[in-house]
Amino acid sequence: MLSLGALDYSPRLAARHREELDAPPVEHELLGGIGLPDPTERCDDAHDVVKMVHGTTTLAFKFQGGVIVAVDSRASAGAYIASQTVKKVIEINPFLLGTMAGGAADCSYWERYLGMRCRMFELDQKKRISVAGASKLLSNITYQYKNYGLSMGTMICGWDETGPQIYYVDSDGQRLHGPLFSVGSGSTFAYGVLDTGYRYDMSFDEACDLARRAIFAATYRDAYSGGTVRVYHIDVDGWHRISEDDSMELFFKYKAEKEAALAK
Amino acid sequence: MQYNGAAVIAMAGKDCIAIASDRRYGLRNQTIGCEMQKTFQINDTTFVGLTGLMSDAQTLEQKFRFRTNMYRLREERDMSPRVFSNMVSSLLYEKRFGPYFCEPVIAGLENGKPYLCGMDLLGAQVYTDDFILAGDCTEAMYGLCESMYRPDLEPDELFELVSQCLLSGVDRDCLAGWGCTVHVLTPQGVTTRHLKGRMD
Repeated sequence: MLSLGALDYSPRLAARHREELDAPPVEHELLGGIGLPDPTERCDDAHDVVKMVHGTTTLAFKFQGGVIVAVDSRASAGAYIASQTVKKVIEINPFLLGTMAGGAADCSYWERYLGMRCRMFELDQKKRISVAGASKLLSNITYQYKNYGLSMGTMICGWDETGPQIYYVDSDGQRLHGPLFSVGSGSTFAYGVLDTGYRYDMSFDEACDLARRAIFAATYRDAYSGGTVRVYHIDVDGWHRISEDDSMELFFKYKAEKEAALAK
Repeated sequence: MQYNGAAVIAMAGKDCIAIASDRRYGLRNQTIGCEMQKTFQINDTTFVGLTGLMSDAQTLEQKFRFRTNMYRLREERDMSPRVFSNMVSSLLYEKRFGPYFCEPVIAGLENGKPYLCGMDLLGAQVYTDDFILAGDCTEAMYGLCESMYRPDLEPDELFELVSQCLLSGVDRDCLAGWGCTVHVLTPQGVTTRHLKGRMD
């Protein structure tokens, strides 16, 4: 039945309303505890200090067996390599993965926050959030903070009631749905390999190999990508970690394969 | 100076020197090739390593070649490393107001003793008797060189040290690496080795 509470002028309701006004404002138990970054505290020059993980290669694509997500693992500050062992796949929950390109702190903070919001949704609605919904939560945040200097290019990948889904969300507030994305400074190199090898009806092994080769190509050609190549797979049961290979081992493996093919 | 990316290192041992460079040729983030020559033998006792803008490095190398050849024809002897580095310095300062974007490292044997000299892009010389570095990961290499260097190393020990310093240096640099070339110069001659390095 439609409630018309606003039109109920009974004394009982008026009393309750008075009580509500007198009571101290109720802070939401979870949200109140989190200090969301306040963009009005922004200091213009801070931007130059917090640059990290600017170079990256990440990719994700859909195929008949679900979604494959693959990333490199290098963090750089200018030409300096800050780390070769960064985790650029953020495990939001057992059915959602987020990839990380741009600012390391921006991506990890907001995707962690997204994880909390997704859990809140589950408790509230008693069902898992759709990938579309989760990505929209994130894009609404990035749009709210637009022009405040956030730097992130991310793919929210997962499996929901509608099947496998990939959304690209970035710090401009852009949100795109598609079957295949690559993000980061090495993305052009990865796209080159990905577009030549991609078919929707690939087998699982073919798909993993393609993703690995695409990221490897980017680590080889792109100065700001490198380290290890991590591959994830998402199916109806959620995500699984498939492999982590040092790009050097892949280099010699692919080189040997090439030489063997030429010798024939 | 970070357009192409490079790393060069030169070190003095006991009556020998080693000079090494990485092999990457890139355009900003894009790696074009992995067989770039950045160290050049000028004569039997002199090497030069060039970092910075590679087009300027190649132009300079040709100018060095021309001037050393003319010197040999006129004087009927080779330039010593000291003479060569003075020539390079004045050549660079000629372009004081429109410089070559190149930082040379000169290493050689002057009367059988090690001679090392570094330079900025205008030709200001720096002399050392241990090691000299140039390129865009010098900070990463200095740490190793400072802690690992010992005077009077034999040629094979010097080769090992230079290789390790360069390899670990370029592993912390996005714009250099993809293999290395090492030359060791002794009074008996030159040995050149190519090192396998990380290809990312």
